[in-house]
Amino acid sequence: MLILLSLTFVTIEITSIHLGAFTVTAALLIAGFKGYLVLAYFMHLKHESTLLRVLVALVFVLFALIVVITFIDYAFRS
Amino acid sequence: MSNHENHTHVHRDDEAQKLGMWLFIFTELLLFGGLFLVYSIFRAQYPENFHESSLELSVTLGVINTVILLVSSMSVAIALTAVQKSNYKLAKLMLLLTVALALAFMVNKYFEWGAKFHHGLYPGSELMQLLDRGHHLYFSLYFFMTGLHALHIIIGVILLLISYVKINKGKVVSDNFMHLENAALYWHLVDLIWIFLFPLLYLIS
Repeated sequence: MLILLSLTFVTIEITSIHLGAFTVTAALLIAGFKGYLVLAYFMHLKHESTLLRVLVALVFVLFALIVVITFIDYAFRS
Repeated sequence: MSNHENHTHVHRDDEAQKLGMWLFIFTELLLFGGLFLVYSIFRAQYPENFHESSLELSVTLGVINTVILLVSSMSVAIALTAVQKSNYKLAKLMLLLTVALALAFMVNKYFEWGAKFHHGLYPGSELMQLLDRGHHLYFSLYFFMTGLHALHIIIGVILLLISYVKINKGKVVSDNFMHLENAALYWHLVDLIWIFLFPLLYLIS
């Protein structure tokens, strides 16, 4: 909980400094880590069956693939 | 002799119930994921417009809402642990706290959206139509994504209240609490979505 709250404030601090393109990456990485904490501890994934953990991981992999492929498509449009 | 067994035994499968909720959560993740994807593409196309539009949002309200949801996730987790330890009084108290925090979030949302409406900024308004494409896209996405998220908050509150009633009726007990656990999972999902929604909408520099 404390980690989640402190990460929230870290995110705000980081996004107020001008890091250009890196700001988004940093904010997303921190959000990702917060998400991991919620998934692992609040949603108990750390203590769940392997099946469930693999499924959750697969969903995120799927989503990452969709994002990457969409961006590749988008990048090559005229 | 006919075998009329009185089926007082109800089929119960905790693992299946939990898996069912997780499968539903996957569909929700992809739903919001798709919206995040749309947001990303348009943001890549209109970076300055998105940045300017995001300045219209109140970071303070966003932070308060983030903290509200994080604390509410903790309170619902405490409620679940309390039921597992047969501390039903604490469980009910924590559930009420979670719901109260959720309502506080909605009140904040009401003020946020209210301010926008007051300035003539709402889906389909004349002002929206007159905006530059990038600004228009940002606000359309803002209303749709936060609106859909708010709808999920309402659904989550309903699930939590049902859990509260079930504890009251003795249907959710220390050895049969899957309903509460699933409601808590759904609530954590709502929090998870907001964890990503907040920086992307409010904190783009």
